[in-house]
Amino acid sequence: MIRNFFIIAILAGLAAVFVSLFWNFGDSEVLTPLATHYATNGAAEVGAPNLVTSIVVTYRGFDTLGEVTILFLVASIVSFFLKREKLQPETTPKRETSEIILTAAKLLVPIVMVLGIYVFINGHLTPGGGFQGGAIIATAFVLLLMANPDFKINHKIIATVESVSGIAFVLIGVFGILLAGGFLDNKVLPLGTFGKIFSAGAIPLIYSFVGLKVGSELSNILSNLQGIQKEEM
Amino acid sequence: MNLIIIIVLSLVMIVMAVTAIIHKKLAVAVIATGVVSLMASVMYLLMAAPDVAMTEAAIGSGLSTIIFFYVLNKIRKAK
Repeated sequence: MIRNFFIIAILAGLAAVFVSLFWNFGDSEVLTPLATHYATNGAAEVGAPNLVTSIVVTYRGFDTLGEVTILFLVASIVSFFLKREKLQPETTPKRETSEIILTAAKLLVPIVMVLGIYVFINGHLTPGGGFQGGAIIATAFVLLLMANPDFKINHKIIATVESVSGIAFVLIGVFGILLAGGFLDNKVLPLGTFGKIFSAGAIPLIYSFVGLKVGSELSNILSNLQGIQKEEM
Repeated sequence: MNLIIIIVLSLVMIVMAVTAIIHKKLAVAVIATGVVSLMASVMYLLMAAPDVAMTEAAIGSGLSTIIFFYVLNKIRKAK
């Protein structure tokens, strides 16, 4: 009885909090001063048509570095805990992969990978960027692993790609301190013509490294999870 | 028109979220959470946030669903 009363009281409290949030929700007519600055000067200062990218990579580049670091920590913790013991030979017969998935994987995996690379290289021009591109590349690996459960992703290549792109990301940031206005400033490279693929300074380079890093980390998590499926408990 | 789509999407999302909570079979619940993410990504697109929509579609409905299934398979074997 008392327990039920507590549950109802907590629910009522949450409802009171959220009703006021819901009631006051609406599109604000005016931008905040910071948003106004980004909207009016962002294109001229950073040179990227996609304003979201210029905020994520340049104005708030340090946050992006933090997010990439968190993802790296998650990937390493997952691979630490799912450390593969030596595999026992399979005893139960495996069900064969269906023809549809096999054919779809053959056709779609290269296309999905190219789409991922396109998304992160064009991050400063079109919606998307390093995180989205990396996640798309990892979904290509999902398809590959579903079609062929014995497929092993080469961990050495993944580790090399991951660490090289991480170091390159930080090095570009440090070059920003030396050559331009501050850490992760994109003006280390010339801004170029607005709207071209080689423009917006270091943004395409940074986003390519972020994309490779995120893609290899997520693929690493997936291949670790795939690896433990065969083990007997 | 947009408003109608948003209302339909949110109804589907609510139904799927409740399904995910109360359904007996875990596999159905995992699929339902994937559908919630997919509808959310369409919603983000309608609200003019394509960057967020791409992340939600790839990670929310793609990768996390598959990770849930891997873990589910593992738990079944452990039982």
